[in-house]
Amino acid sequence: MHGLINRAIQCFVRDTYGEEIWMDVARGVALDASGFEAMLFYDDALTDQVLGGIVSLLNKPRDEVLEDIGTYLVSHPNAEALRRLLRFGGVDFMEFLHSLDDLPDRARMAVSDLELPRLELHDDRDSCLHLHVRSDRDGFGPVMLGVLRTMADDYGALVFLDLRHRGPGDDVIYIALVETAFAEGRSFTLSAGKG
Amino acid sequence: MEQVSEAAIRGLMDVLCPMYAMLDANGVIRHAGPTLCKLRPQRRLAGLPLLDVFDLTRPRLSRFSQLVECPGEKLHLQFADDPKTALKGVLMPCGPVTILNLSFGISVLDSIRDYDLTNADFAATDMMIEMLYLIEAKSAAMEASRKLNMRLQGAKIAAEEQAFTDTLTGLKNRRAMDHILARLIGAGQAFALMHLDLDFFKAVNDTMGHAAGDHVLQRVARIMVEEVRKDDTVARVGGDEFVLILTGIQKRETLSRIASRLIARLEKPIHYGGQDCRVSASLGIVLSVDYDPPVARDMLEDADEALYSSKRQGRARHSFHVE
Repeated sequence: MHGLINRAIQCFVRDTYGEEIWMDVARGVALDASGFEAMLFYDDALTDQVLGGIVSLLNKPRDEVLEDIGTYLVSHPNAEALRRLLRFGGVDFMEFLHSLDDLPDRARMAVSDLELPRLELHDDRDSCLHLHVRSDRDGFGPVMLGVLRTMADDYGALVFLDLRHRGPGDDVIYIALVETAFAEGRSFTLSAGKG
Repeated sequence: MEQVSEAAIRGLMDVLCPMYAMLDANGVIRHAGPTLCKLRPQRRLAGLPLLDVFDLTRPRLSRFSQLVECPGEKLHLQFADDPKTALKGVLMPCGPVTILNLSFGISVLDSIRDYDLTNADFAATDMMIEMLYLIEAKSAAMEASRKLNMRLQGAKIAAEEQAFTDTLTGLKNRRAMDHILARLIGAGQAFALMHLDLDFFKAVNDTMGHAAGDHVLQRVARIMVEEVRKDDTVARVGGDEFVLILTGIQKRETLSRIASRLIARLEKPIHYGGQDCRVSASLGIVLSVDYDPPVARDMLEDADEALYSSKRQGRARHSFHVE
């Protein structure tokens, strides 16, 4: 798994639960204290062990932890760069949703060896959208659920989301868009460092 | 095809390339596109001569009549007033009017900040938003790589330092000494090399234990560092063997004085665990100026020989290889 993903998990634990908890997780998998390097590559099994460690330390269901990671990624000040990159996807939540199909390619443009799950947005015509999240690795569905929930807030849209797990590495998120401009949302300007 | 109205052209241009000026035959702005207007919010551009608003920097023309002679050519302009944002442009006649289409050059990042531009200020087909995305994404990735490089460099320096340091005493080790000798010889710098061997150290180790021995070595190391200048080198090259490299000293009297003072200080009892440890030192000294050319191995061998001659003469003394 790419260091960026591992590093994101590490930062999530550190920024949300504190350094001590992260040290506990790291010790449990014999990772040295500085943890993951964002620009290196790690064995997939290590990511699973780290996640397993977090799940048992926090005593929370795995899907809930993964969703929290998704929320963290687009809401914590330390991950602001990522929120900004996603906001480039569209001027409103609908456009953002439609930009998700391109997300893996966009990510690869910035970091050529970063593999994200394949995302496909389907439009049912009955006002319900669904986003297919597929990957060789299981667990991206709940993460995307957290990302979508938080990005909807970021855009000020009111949505209902529902995750269905269809098989290993195969999830669908049902999206009912109630209102695109429900609340103010957070600001976004094209110029970095201005919000 | 029927005549297209000016209003239709405006409508088209406002959407397809919103940063433009529509000019009349005299080069007066009839209409400015919405994004161009945003660059000068305090000023009504319509009605002003183009060349009052902009300076043409390439080609350097000052009259509009010259400018209309080069349709389709790439133009470089900048605002005549502050902020003097530089723009690229291309001019094309269109029926009775002339269209000057504009775009930001490489200064686009500053412009977006200065004028607070948004997605809506760029045509839907404009690649600018993708470009901004890429700039941010690449900068973030570059920053992550840069941090990794810095951490790796820090680790490398620490590892190198460790590789060149004797862990017990903090002195340089043999490997570091080899490097320093090679560097001095390579640079043709004159230096003296002292090979120092502790006397009676084995007795301390045997009778008082290794902890006492280690303490003595650390104390001895500190004395040697104190007795030489900052740029000189003290290396531990064996259990109780040391090499001192003193640069720029060629006088035997000076070296003799240093050696005697060193021995005198090393002979002072070293307290450890309520007991006094007593050692002394024998030295062999060589000078690089006695060699042509100096060779590290020869110098070390000769210093060693001089050291053993000190030992043979009864220890606690120094000898020069070439008296």
